[in-house]
Amino acid sequence: MISGISIYHILTLTSILFFIGVYGFITRKNLIAILISIELILNASVINFVIFNTYLYPNRLEGVFFSIFIIAIAAAESALAVSIIVSFYRMIASVAVKDTETLKY
Amino acid sequence: MDFSYTVLIPLIPLFVFLVVGIFSNYLNPKVAGAIGVLGLSTTTLLSLYTAYKYFFEVGKVNEVYQTIIGTKTTWIHFSEVLHIDMGVLLDPISIMMLVVVSSISLMVHIYSLGYMKGEIGFNRYYAFLSLFTFSMYSLVVATNIFQMYIFWELVGVSSFLLIGYYYDKPSAVAAAKKAFIVTRFADIGFLIGILILSFYAGTFDFQELNNPQGSLILNGVGSSFMGLSVIAWALILMFMGGAGKSAMFPLHIWLPDAMEGPTPVSALIHAATMVVAGVYLVARMFPLYYFIDGGFVLQIVAYVGAFTSLFAGVIACTQNDIKRVLAFSTMSQIGYMMLALGVSGFSGHEGLGYMAAMFHLFTHAMFKALLFLGAGSVIHAVHSNMMKDMGGLRKYMPISNITFLIAALAISGIPPFAGFFSKDEILVAALEKSPLLFAIEWAVAGVTAFYMFRIYFGIFWGKENSYAHTPHESPWVMTIPLMFLALMSIVAGFIPFSEFIAADRMPFEAHFNILVSTVSASVGVVGIVVAWIFYKSENNIPERVSKAFGAFYTWAFHKFYFDELYLFVTKKIIFNGVSASFAWFDKKVVDDGMIGIGNATLNTSEKIKKLQSGKFQDYATWFILGAIALTLYFLSKN
Repeated sequence: MISGISIYHILTLTSILFFIGVYGFITRKNLIAILISIELILNASVINFVIFNTYLYPNRLEGVFFSIFIIAIAAAESALAVSIIVSFYRMIASVAVKDTETLKY
Repeated sequence: MDFSYTVLIPLIPLFVFLVVGIFSNYLNPKVAGAIGVLGLSTTTLLSLYTAYKYFFEVGKVNEVYQTIIGTKTTWIHFSEVLHIDMGVLLDPISIMMLVVVSSISLMVHIYSLGYMKGEIGFNRYYAFLSLFTFSMYSLVVATNIFQMYIFWELVGVSSFLLIGYYYDKPSAVAAAKKAFIVTRFADIGFLIGILILSFYAGTFDFQELNNPQGSLILNGVGSSFMGLSVIAWALILMFMGGAGKSAMFPLHIWLPDAMEGPTPVSALIHAATMVVAGVYLVARMFPLYYFIDGGFVLQIVAYVGAFTSLFAGVIACTQNDIKRVLAFSTMSQIGYMMLALGVSGFSGHEGLGYMAAMFHLFTHAMFKALLFLGAGSVIHAVHSNMMKDMGGLRKYMPISNITFLIAALAISGIPPFAGFFSKDEILVAALEKSPLLFAIEWAVAGVTAFYMFRIYFGIFWGKENSYAHTPHESPWVMTIPLMFLALMSIVAGFIPFSEFIAADRMPFEAHFNILVSTVSASVGVVGIVVAWIFYKSENNIPERVSKAFGAFYTWAFHKFYFDELYLFVTKKIIFNGVSASFAWFDKKVVDDGMIGIGNATLNTSEKIKKLQSGKFQDYATWFILGAIALTLYFLSKN
């Protein structure tokens, strides 16, 4: 509980963070940038978990636990994604989204 | 007594069919013919043995012939009551048919060794003959009506295959198609009849259907439709199938054309066995025909038979193709059998017609097969079917001459030949029922004698043709069957049929009606004498007589224009009128509808395929837009 800052401020912040992530995910042309955008989305949700836990149920810890799980999974996910991007780069020497279209076939 | 071996009777020809059919390209024709004859001889012996066992040892219990189920197996099981069996049913008429089919088929197999020698597809011919024999055996021993129907169609198929044996000849192909389509059309009636009957009876089994104490006959006549009970309608429809197979008017048009097949085939299928399947069907279902609606359907049978016999007899007098004369003669004689069934009662002496029909079926099979085989022998010698290409052949072909004469005397009803006795019984039965029918059949007896001796004199007497090469007697494989059948045509009449076959299975004493027999024999003699005057030596009487008949002669010569009538009905009315509108509907509505659906799918997919761009950011965009839309929707609802 941070004095002087209400839950609404923090929720507004995380919403902004979330939509920045979404915007980045949709518009970035680089796979690495998209990965970063995904991390933004995850971070927004992690903050939400912690905030809800702290402000609404101060005596319990579930939200914090979930945020730890999400951080762990996010780490694994980015490791996987980066390795995919690397092998992709080896294949076509590019990390641009438009070059991934050929995977359709 | 165990009759389970009787299952071999149909199975041996099936086996021969498979062997000869599968290896037809590898077998030497002599070997194939030998296999066919050997197989048929075995089944003939088995049939005769069965007949002996049944009639003289085990068949009769308390003076009533029993129905014996030789073997039976369930083929398709629907429910406890409704199942289709395959089996062998032995009773007097099925055993008699076994004897007829096996002996005629054996004779035809032997005869064909000579007649078909050197033909292309000799092995195929023997395979088809065996297929036919298998189907016919299975038809006559059917334990239930559905088995009969299956093999009924199968004999139709074999008939189709054998009529179209010379498949490079357009007329043969057309005749095969015609035979198949006409009989198949009639069989629609048969099938519907079976379905109606089994719907009300709850069984296909002949024994239950035919039981005079059975529920169907006593009370289960079902609801009535247009003044007749539903069962009666079913029987009429089944008779339609029988009439198609037996070439009864008005479904007779296929039989004359079926003569395009090889002559032994005509003898086997289109004279002795398959075409009498309709008679056999009515005889098989006789208790139903007799008891349902007071025998109304039997009257239809009788009048159709009588009319056909007269109608076909008149046409036969005008034809010049000897095989066609014989074909019309077959129709006429089957008309006799139908009539005899139609006028028959059920028990004791009243059941004379039933016995007479079976008797005539038996004797007719013998002498008509003989006539066909004799005609085949002549055709083999002069290479033509037409009477104008023959004449004076008695010097060249003595055996054919004498056997043909015997058969002609037999069919004309001259004592002591076979046809006399059976025809006499039919006439007696007809007289007891209706003088009109008797008068018709009596006249037909004279007509029969006339046209039969017309072709006899035309072939073996009359003006001698100048032959390209001297005709000679056929080889012994062809004359031995002729002699055997001639022997049968002489002695078959002395078989006391009423001892063996009766509608109620109780043997009775058939009285010899001296008046009727004198009258019928004398009209036969008159017919022969007229033919003698007309055709014994060349003169112009036939021409003058045919001129005197004028339009009627032309009419009869063209078979009363029935072929043309059918062509008109099918081509002009059905094809142009009815079928054209259906064709329009099919093309415009059904086809275009389907094409429209296909095109719509194609166009739509062409339009929406951009959606699947392969860019995951596009998918993500749609996903998020969708999520937002759903969120807004649920928010607005609250």
